[in-house]
Amino acid sequence: MASASPDRELMSAADVSRTVSRIAHQIIEKTALDGADAPDVILLGIPTRGVTLADRLAEKIHEFSGVTVPRGALDITLYRDDLAGKPPRPIGATSIPARGVDGALVILVDDVLYTGRSVRAALDALRDIGRPRAVQLAVLVDRGHRELPLRADYAGKNVPTSRSENVKVRLAEDDGGVDGVSIAPHGGPQR
Amino acid sequence: MTRHLLSAADLSRDEATAILDDADRFSTALVGREVKKLPTLRGRTVITMFYENSTRTRVSFEVAGKWMSADVVNVSSSGSSVAKGESLRDTALTLRAAGADALIIRHPASGAAQRLAEWTAEPNGSGPSVVNAGDGTHEHPTQALLDALTIRQRLGSVEGKRVVIVGDVLHSRVARSNVQLLSTLGAEVVLVAPPTLLPTGVATWPVTVSHDLDAELPGADAVLMLRVQAERMNGGFFPSAREYSVLYGLSEKRASKLADHAVVLHPGPMLRGMEIASSVADSTQSAVLQQVSNGVHVRMAVLFHLLVGAGTAEVNA
Repeated sequence: MASASPDRELMSAADVSRTVSRIAHQIIEKTALDGADAPDVILLGIPTRGVTLADRLAEKIHEFSGVTVPRGALDITLYRDDLAGKPPRPIGATSIPARGVDGALVILVDDVLYTGRSVRAALDALRDIGRPRAVQLAVLVDRGHRELPLRADYAGKNVPTSRSENVKVRLAEDDGGVDGVSIAPHGGPQR
Repeated sequence: MTRHLLSAADLSRDEATAILDDADRFSTALVGREVKKLPTLRGRTVITMFYENSTRTRVSFEVAGKWMSADVVNVSSSGSSVAKGESLRDTALTLRAAGADALIIRHPASGAAQRLAEWTAEPNGSGPSVVNAGDGTHEHPTQALLDALTIRQRLGSVEGKRVVIVGDVLHSRVARSNVQLLSTLGAEVVLVAPPTLLPTGVATWPVTVSHDLDAELPGADAVLMLRVQAERMNGGFFPSAREYSVLYGLSEKRASKLADHAVVLHPGPMLRGMEIASSVADSTQSAVLQQVSNGVHVRMAVLFHLLVGAGTAEVNA
C-alpha cells in the first residue's frame, strides 16, 4: 500500500534554509529585537526538530542582527492530552535559559503545525515554568486541520493536506542526510 | 513492559534503560520550579498498601504520584480493616472496586505482589497495575532501579562496572532485585557475605561469591551495603553483631581501600556502626541521599510507564 504512491517532495534543502532565514528576518522585524527598547526574546524549541530549528533560527538572527537570542528546549510529553491512549513516549529534555521566562517574549518553535494540540501542551508546560510577557509561535510547515483556536505568528510554508497524509520534516542534525520536507500519502499521525 | 512491575527480571535491558532515562528527565523536570506539579497522571488513582514499615519507599511513591497529579491514597495494615483480619485478597478486591489504577504493595510474604496481580486481574485482562514495593525476601525492583540510576549518574554507566553487594544477602530482596537488574544492564556483580547469610542456590545466580570483603574492595566501582535484617532472623546467623561488623562492616579504614571514583550505596535504613561506619555513610563517596532523590524520580518513571497509555488496546490504528 505504501509503496504504490511515493512521497512527494515539498521543500528541498535549499528551500528549508531559505525559509529559516526568512523566519529569522520576520522575527527580527516583528519583535524589533535589535531596536533600542528591544524585548527579551527567548526561542524555545519543542523536541526534537523544534529544538534544532530554534538553534538554526538563533544562528541566523545573530548573523542578520548581531543579537544573541537565548534559546532552550521545552519538552511537552508530560503535558500531552493524548497520554492515556498511546504507549509511553520517551521524555525529552527541557532546558530553560538561566534568566527564566518571566517577562520575556517567548517564541515557541516547532517543525509542523497541525491540530495545535502540541502547542497547547507547550503553553501548559510554559505556564508551569513562568509568566512570559507574550508567547509567539514559529513553525516550518503549517499543514492545517487545526482543532484549537491557535495560529502561527511565523509560518515557513502553508501546505494544504488531507488528514491521512503524513508530513515528514528531515533535518540533518536529527535525521542525518540532507534537509527536506516531504509528504506521504498515508501514515499520518494517529489521532 | 507488562502492566505490572513485580520483579526486576520482568525488565528487558531496553525497558530498564528507558525507565532510567525517563527518571533522569524527571530529576530535572521540576528543578527550580515554584510549583512541583506535572499534569501527567491527572485523574489516576494510586493506592499504596504497606503491610510493613517503610519511610523511603512509601514516601517516594506517594511524592512521585502527587508530583504527577495522581490521587494517592495510603492503606497501612494498622488503621485499616487489615487490623480486623481482612485477607489480602479481600482488601485488594475492595481497592480495585474503589477505583484503583495502580496498587503499590509492600508485604512481608514473598510472592504477595504476584498474588495480588492475579487476584485483581479482570477476566478481560484489565485491572489495576501492581507494583512490587518489596515482598518478603523476594524482590524490590524499584530499589534496584534507583540503585542502578545512582550508579549510572556517579560512574557514567552501569555496563562493565563491578558492583560489590555486601551483607545479609539471604534476607535481602534488595540484593535479589539488584542482581537481576545489574546483570541485565551488563554489570559484574560480586556478593560478599558470611556463608550463613547466603541463600541456597546462589551458585545459579549470575554473580561471583566471596567471603573476603577486604579483597574485593580495591577492584569495586560500587559497593552496596545491605542492612542486617534482624527482624527476619530466627536463628544464629553470626556469633555476634561485633564480629559481623568487624568482618563485613564498611569501616572508615576499610573504605580507604576503595578506588577514588568508587561509590558507596545503602538502601536504608542504615544501622550506623553495624554494617557501615557513620563517617563513611556521610562521606562524599556515599550516595545515600542521592539514592533517596533518585527513588522519587525512578518511581515517577515507573508510574509513567505503567499508567500512561494503559489503554493501548483501545487505540484505533
